[in-house]
Amino acid sequence: MTTIKRAKGFWLSISLSLIFFAVVQVLIGGGSLNPFYQNTLMFIGINIILAASLHLIIGITGQFSIGHAGFLAVGAYASAVMTMKLEMPFALALIVGGLVAALAGLIIGIPSLRLKGDYLAIATLGFGEIVRILLLNIDYVGGASGMQVSHLTTWPWVFASIIVTLIVIRNFTSSTHGRACISIREDETAADSMGINTTYYKVVAFAIGAFFAGIAGGLYAHNFYIIQPSNFGFLKSFDILILVVLGGLGSLSGAVLAAILLTVVTTFLQDYPETRMIIYSLVLIVMMIYRPQGLMGTKEITSMFKRKGGSSHENKNTAA
Amino acid sequence: MKTKTPLLKVDSVGIQFGGLKAVSDVNVELYPGELVGLIGPNGAGKTTFFNLLTGVYVPTEGTISLEGEDLKKKPPYKITQKGISRTFQNIRLFSELSVIDNVKVAYHSLSKHSILSSIFRMPIHFKGEKEMDDKAIEFLKIFNLDQYKDEKAKNLPYGKQRRLEIARALAANPKLLLLDEPAAGMNPQETHELMNLIALIREKFDLTVLLIEHDMPLVMGVCERIYVLDHGQLIAQGQPEEIRNNPKVIEAYLGEEVS
Repeated sequence: MTTIKRAKGFWLSISLSLIFFAVVQVLIGGGSLNPFYQNTLMFIGINIILAASLHLIIGITGQFSIGHAGFLAVGAYASAVMTMKLEMPFALALIVGGLVAALAGLIIGIPSLRLKGDYLAIATLGFGEIVRILLLNIDYVGGASGMQVSHLTTWPWVFASIIVTLIVIRNFTSSTHGRACISIREDETAADSMGINTTYYKVVAFAIGAFFAGIAGGLYAHNFYIIQPSNFGFLKSFDILILVVLGGLGSLSGAVLAAILLTVVTTFLQDYPETRMIIYSLVLIVMMIYRPQGLMGTKEITSMFKRKGGSSHENKNTAA
Repeated sequence: MKTKTPLLKVDSVGIQFGGLKAVSDVNVELYPGELVGLIGPNGAGKTTFFNLLTGVYVPTEGTISLEGEDLKKKPPYKITQKGISRTFQNIRLFSELSVIDNVKVAYHSLSKHSILSSIFRMPIHFKGEKEMDDKAIEFLKIFNLDQYKDEKAKNLPYGKQRRLEIARALAANPKLLLLDEPAAGMNPQETHELMNLIALIREKFDLTVLLIEHDMPLVMGVCERIYVLDHGQLIAQGQPEEIRNNPKVIEAYLGEEVS
């Protein structure tokens, strides 16, 4: 019964998103959506993928990683090399970008995921900077002056990537493997003692997250005409982190919502260059004061339509 | 009973943290089906001993074997899969997960569907998840927790959280269950329920239990044998009656209370 219901919900959301896709496609084709809005749309899409991929690492598995721009950079450069130097098709370049980023995720994840909390954060921050500085010094990809990339990112590519990302992350999360990851977030010692191979699942979550960050990187690179290492500094990592925290740690729909909201806010604030960062920061401060659990908390949008039975009496457990 | 081979054999195990010997030269043998108590004053090293058994700490001396298999240097999750599972002194539930999901996490290591089958939602995924669901509901019924299955674990009252933690440990299908102060913080009525629960568990599941407890009536009431630990060393072992009258044990406890 519930599986039928769930399948219904799944096809409903797929058809709704297809309608949305078609409407936007027609608007773009008909020229009613000017290039500025088109560009904003691409940005929203890329940010959704980035937020969703980091959500898997921080929100679900509880591994505080702040080097996500590193994976974005790896994906961006790998896919740019594929299209520009090796003249491969864009689809292949995107996938290779994702795979190379996932590989980077494995290489950085296997040693550093033994670290916890603050230590892991610093290690991943270091990783992000290493990637940036490496790219700065590789002449093959243009060094500091960057790399010329042709504009290939279009709405269908962005849309398809979003759908694939969200489905994969949702399916992973709502399975026994996702529960294993959540148990690590909740209590690593207990997860260990329940027979969960915690290191394995941390690395898996890291690699899947890195893969989609790499895909986002491919879309990001081909949305501009040039990519430079300076696009991928640690501030970029923080931008992505903010999306996940603002959306609510542990909520995929929250991450998506925050990505849309903050990208729109940033875009409109571009008209006020002097006060842009002040207003942006104020939005974040106000948000964190009045809603510290983020937009969605740990809930998902779909759970809002379900009637919740049972009481939710608070019971603070004072540990013995 | 002593003619059987021991399920768990702990041979002169010890651990040293820097200069501090938290546990040293402990010999313990548990036989299948036994319910054994481990008591001792605060700071005697009881929980440290549990951590050694479950692989959280690696012993600096001695060996631990389960059914003849050496457990030394095995990571905690492997030891759980081999058949030792535990509860914690201060409850460690997955508080944001629902009651049923807490139990399902324990089934994870037995699940057969791969990550890819879950991502692509292949039939084996649904089959595997449904089996887990059914098994978990049946399991919760034994513990009278099935009516709370969709409640978040953190919203359960204290006594039920303890109960759920024991249920979760049992769901991992252990041969040896380690209970670390299960009655801590419970009122007399809850403690009584717990004693019944422990009796029920032994009846339903074929298992050996090692219990750390401060509640003497509970320990004396349910345990067949008792080990006493003080300052990281075993000072006595035997039947509850012997322990009750053992001068060393009395000294260890009274010494603690007087100072």
